[in-house]
Amino acid sequence: MLDGYKSLTIKSNTEISTNIFEIKLEMDLEKEIKPGQFFMIRGWETNDPFLPRPISVADVEENTLTFLYEVRGRGTHIVSKLCKGDTLDILGPLGNGFSLKGAGKKAIVSGGIGIAPMVYLLKNLEGEIDFYAGFRSEVYWMDKVKEHSNFVFISTEDGSVCHKGFCIDEFDPTKYDEVLTCGPIPMMKRVIELCKGIVPVQVSMESKMACGIGACLGCTIETRDGMKRVCKEGPIFKGSEVIFNG
Amino acid sequence: MANAKVNICGIDFKNPVITASGTFGFGREYADYFDLSRLGGISSKGLTLNKKDGNKGIRLHETPSGLLNSIGLQNPGVDAFIEEELPFMKEQNTVILANVGGGSLEEYLKMIEKLNYTDIDMIELNISCPNVKSGGMAFGIRCVDAERVVKEVKTICKKPLIVKLSPNAENIGDMAESCVESGADALSLVNTFSGMAIDIYGRKPVFDNTIAGLSGPCIKPIALRMVYEVSKRVDVPIIGMGGIMDYKDAIEFIMAGADLIQIGSGNFINPTISLDIIDGIEDFMEKQGIRDLSEIKGIIGRENLC
Ligand SMILES: Cc1cc2nc3c(=O)[nH]c(=O)nc-3n(C[C@H](O)[C@H](O)[C@H](O)COP(=O)(O)OP(=O)(O)OC[C@H]3O[C@@H](n4cnc5c(N)ncnc54)[C@H](O)[C@@H]3O)c2cc1C
Ligand SMILES: Cc1cc2nc3c(=O)[nH]c(=O)nc-3n(C[C@H](O)[C@H](O)[C@H](O)COP(=O)(O)O)c2cc1C
Ligand code: FES
Repeated sequence: MLDGYKSLTIKSNTEISTNIFEIKLEMDLEKEIKPGQFFMIRGWETNDPFLPRPISVADVEENTLTFLYEVRGRGTHIVSKLCKGDTLDILGPLGNGFSLKGAGKKAIVSGGIGIAPMVYLLKNLEGEIDFYAGFRSEVYWMDKVKEHSNFVFISTEDGSVCHKGFCIDEFDPTKYDEVLTCGPIPMMKRVIELCKGIVPVQVSMESKMACGIGACLGCTIETRDGMKRVCKEGPIFKGSEVIFNG
Repeated sequence: MANAKVNICGIDFKNPVITASGTFGFGREYADYFDLSRLGGISSKGLTLNKKDGNKGIRLHETPSGLLNSIGLQNPGVDAFIEEELPFMKEQNTVILANVGGGSLEEYLKMIEKLNYTDIDMIELNISCPNVKSGGMAFGIRCVDAERVVKEVKTICKKPLIVKLSPNAENIGDMAESCVESGADALSLVNTFSGMAIDIYGRKPVFDNTIAGLSGPCIKPIALRMVYEVSKRVDVPIIGMGGIMDYKDAIEFIMAGADLIQIGSGNFINPTISLDIIDGIEDFMEKQGIRDLSEIKGIIGRENLC
């Protein structure tokens, strides 16, 4: 049997960049958590907001589970107001997680808050890894990335830090044996196009969720392999199977 | 311990709590979280004759204390259900309802014929899904349309027949009466309310189908009123639902006239919510000295009946 929702105590909840928070929770590590998996989280006891929110595992250390989240709407806003000693309800880990089996040289490509699952991934991937991280304006979490990667390429859209433009501006897929990506849809779409026929891609997909465990079929996306649930068969998909509609 | 057993249509339920169609799949995902034999029953995801991929685009949209969905009856089709899902469900030692959707009378009849020869316990005829274009709800708005389907289905159906009503019916009391006169052995209500949401930046509806189905605590007061009205109009067992989140909500529905209740969107907030509700009901009975739920069923408004 899997655990249902559990209340974890908050160790810290810090705004590390404008509207970007890092929350650390006290957790006994009795189960394996794979990079790319996520939790459904709930930081309120009322029926409004109604649904829990999916958030990726950003890091797992001894007794500490970390999430990195961007304040977007009401749910994340409420969570951002929680303090040390308060609790957060979580369900998980859920979903499939990245496959760590691929050999050779790898590239991780993240855009914005898409960096959330990538540091824990980086820590668990073997081999030489180049990291391409794009941001709008402010750059965060880069010290952790630098510690574990071979080469780091940072971009900001407004040019306030490092390369002005997009992180894929200087991304050459022919240099890699595998590419792993998470970020805004236009970016992931572009990465998949660039890599098509050259190098396999693993992509972390987003979809609105209700149950998070595969029962409601609300998060289903169309793939070349039929309809798949982001929360169950995903959130990590092969680049070659996803179809971006619209 | 108080005993929350209920019998309707000759079928024994361990307790009045059934998980609602479309919110519980075929039980597999929840079986990872708790022993499904604790449940009174499970209603399957809405089935259609052939496999359906469901709707494109966004399928979920949160609203204040609720949720709009436009899943569009994604399901493997009735044959795959019978072969691959039903054996698993029957092993769970709880009552299994097959929720039957459909776009035409013919489709309903073909499905019933197939289900007649399975060990499904009951049929829940869905004439109330707002999310497929030629959807079941077409039959759930006007009494004449519902009568036609229910009558024909009843003629061939070998299982106890529950008809699931749409709150979008022109008049819920009249609809209930029509369905019962046409042969429904029991009624379940409510399905989702037709609703919509607009993406103001994109200047377009959130859902590709524009209209979606509203569920959750925001519909509870209306659902409760409908169960109350229907229970005063018909004499068949009633399965009440709509926004039930805890045992108090469940008891309200029972007092309004429901024999059994279903938990829908609540499953999304907590996969083991049904267990809390079962325990809560039993505890409430114990503390209130209630030996059988029939003592409180429909007590509201009973005094007005002669
Ligand atoms: C598998 C997965 C992992 C994710 N990991 C992270 C992460 O690590 N860090 C992070 O900041 N964000 C992550 N997200 C996105 C995050 O879930 C949304 O930003 C968040 O739900 C917004 O909630 P809100 O109440 O602040 O916003 P609101 O706009 O008020 O949300 C309203 C509703 O829309 C849903 N919703 C809104 N935006 C999204 C979205 N982009 N994806 C899915 N549902 C959405 C919400 O869950 C809620 O039901 C992830 C999404 C998925 C699917
Ligand atoms: C995601 C979702 C899918 C649903 N699918 C079905 C379905 O296939 N067949 C059906 O009869 N009702 C379906 N329903 C309706 C529920 O069974 C229930 O009638 C409704 O949600 C009201 O109850 P609630 O407020 O507890 O959720 C669905 C509801 C939701 C939220
Ligand atoms: S969120 Fe319910 S199936 Fe994925």
